[in-house]
Amino acid sequence: MSLDSGAVKNIAHLARIDVSEADLETYTKDLSNILDMVDQMNAVDVTGVEPLSNALDATQRLRADVVTETNKREALQANAPATEDGCFLVPRVIE
Amino acid sequence: MTWHTKTLTELSSAIAAGETTSRELTEHFIARVEAHDGELNTFVTRTFDAALAAAEAADARRAAGESLGPLDGLPFAHKDIFCTKGVKTTCGSKMLDNFISPYDATVVEKLQAAGMVCLGKTNMDEFAMGSSNETSYYGDVKNPWDTSKVPGGSSGGSASAVGARLVPATTGTDTGGSIRQPAAFCGITGIKPTYGRVSRYGMIAFASSLDQAGVFATTAEDAALMLQAMSGFDERDSTSIERPVDDLVTGLGESLAGKTIGLPKQFFADGLEPEVKAAVDAAINEYKSLGTEVKEIDLPNIGLSVPVYYVVAPAEASANLSRFDGVRYGHRCDNPEDLTDLYKRTRAEGFGDEVKRRIMMGTYALSSGYYDAYYIKAQKIRRLIRDDFLKAFEEVDLIAGPTTPGLPFGLGEQTDDPVTMYLNDIFTIGVNLAGLPGMSIPVGEASGLPIGLQLVGKHFGEAELLNAAHQYQQVTDWHKAIPAAYQ
Repeated sequence: MSLDSGAVKNIAHLARIDVSEADLETYTKDLSNILDMVDQMNAVDVTGVEPLSNALDATQRLRADVVTETNKREALQANAPATEDGCFLVPRVIE
Repeated sequence: MTWHTKTLTELSSAIAAGETTSRELTEHFIARVEAHDGELNTFVTRTFDAALAAAEAADARRAAGESLGPLDGLPFAHKDIFCTKGVKTTCGSKMLDNFISPYDATVVEKLQAAGMVCLGKTNMDEFAMGSSNETSYYGDVKNPWDTSKVPGGSSGGSASAVGARLVPATTGTDTGGSIRQPAAFCGITGIKPTYGRVSRYGMIAFASSLDQAGVFATTAEDAALMLQAMSGFDERDSTSIERPVDDLVTGLGESLAGKTIGLPKQFFADGLEPEVKAAVDAAINEYKSLGTEVKEIDLPNIGLSVPVYYVVAPAEASANLSRFDGVRYGHRCDNPEDLTDLYKRTRAEGFGDEVKRRIMMGTYALSSGYYDAYYIKAQKIRRLIRDDFLKAFEEVDLIAGPTTPGLPFGLGEQTDDPVTMYLNDIFTIGVNLAGLPGMSIPVGEASGLPIGLQLVGKHFGEAELLNAAHQYQQVTDWHKAIPAAYQ
């Protein structure tokens, strides 16, 4: 299946990745090639087959609802690009 | 002393016998890295001071009669996908170039508890996406057998470092072949256990339903020793398997007589390079002389592994990598205008091309209107592929075949077309989709380049797999070959 550059622009937006006009053509070509390869799946009849999300058919394990971690805010914020008073700073969201 | 030509097991015995110390071995391997890593580029971060301190602590424990076991004091290195507290953890990406992990991965904790001495963090394809180690932000890794060739990927640094004997063993991860393919290309032994056997906690996520940690070493015996220490249930990983760990070491010496090895006919079809086929055929003959039966098996849907993988893995990656937003850690663009601009430019600057391609592919496969046609369809075929393996294992104990379709290829040779690169993992990907344990062991060479045999076991069949690899290594010498420049 082929994608056009408009579709790739939309995918890049959904993925929150800035793609320049210059790179758009390459991504369009590469993603179309990958989708062509993926289209081999179309030849398979999967009627009645259940999707498999865990190869061992494991189900989600639950644990008791108890506190397991103590507050490590300072250690965790040490890697943050910008913080103030224990909060992460981002560009203004509300005018 | 040529300590680097010894196996981990031999080094362990040498320490126990008082022939050397952890300090001496650590200094020896540090010197190896300093002498040779310039050309190979296997390390992203070196932690030599911490290693020497850990070695001295190991020696002190031994002197006090408090050794932690066979791995205590032995040098190794971690793939830079494992979080290491207080040490830079990059995952091969500019996005994490400034990231100092605030905690240790479970695998890191476990090997530390066994007393192993970490010399540093090894280079890898960015976020483990690649089959040649050419997508790393930190530059290409070279193959020690021929530095114009790739070492394979994504665990290229870990494989090349062991191939060149810069360290006796390393950790790796395998989502679609990232331990087995580089092990084959670098002429060493690599094992990826059953999905869920080793904890993924603190292992930077790529495709969570496929990612699994494992080991590179020069022998199956060494791999068994290290995997034993890494395995086990971990409540911090929701897909970790709550099941006791088998003894991987004691059964290594058992005979293979009476076992049956299955050869998938699809793995020996057109497209397999003749040199690789010849070496794999010879290895299978060796297995026959060890008393195993060999029979052809059919994996009718295995040819769909690559298309299925390139839906499932990118879909999971697109979700996992959404955490890189320039807010909490990692790269952040300068002067963002608003939140959307912050996300978009941070991710455009922080990720390389292959990572962006896969995030976009996954975003598309999960997007409204395409989810059923791609993601759900791929998961359905994934079941067919898994069930083919389970059916085959009703008749055979192990499955064998080539690890890769060809010999190590040249740097830059396959970077133009992503799909060509993806086909490198044609024999390994199905094993991840089925969650099975897999290995690669060296079984030959052509044009001075190594060739790997892939062995695949039943779910939780690590001990049987390692036993089969060890028995082959008792009667052959391919695993002892060291590239001329690194002897």
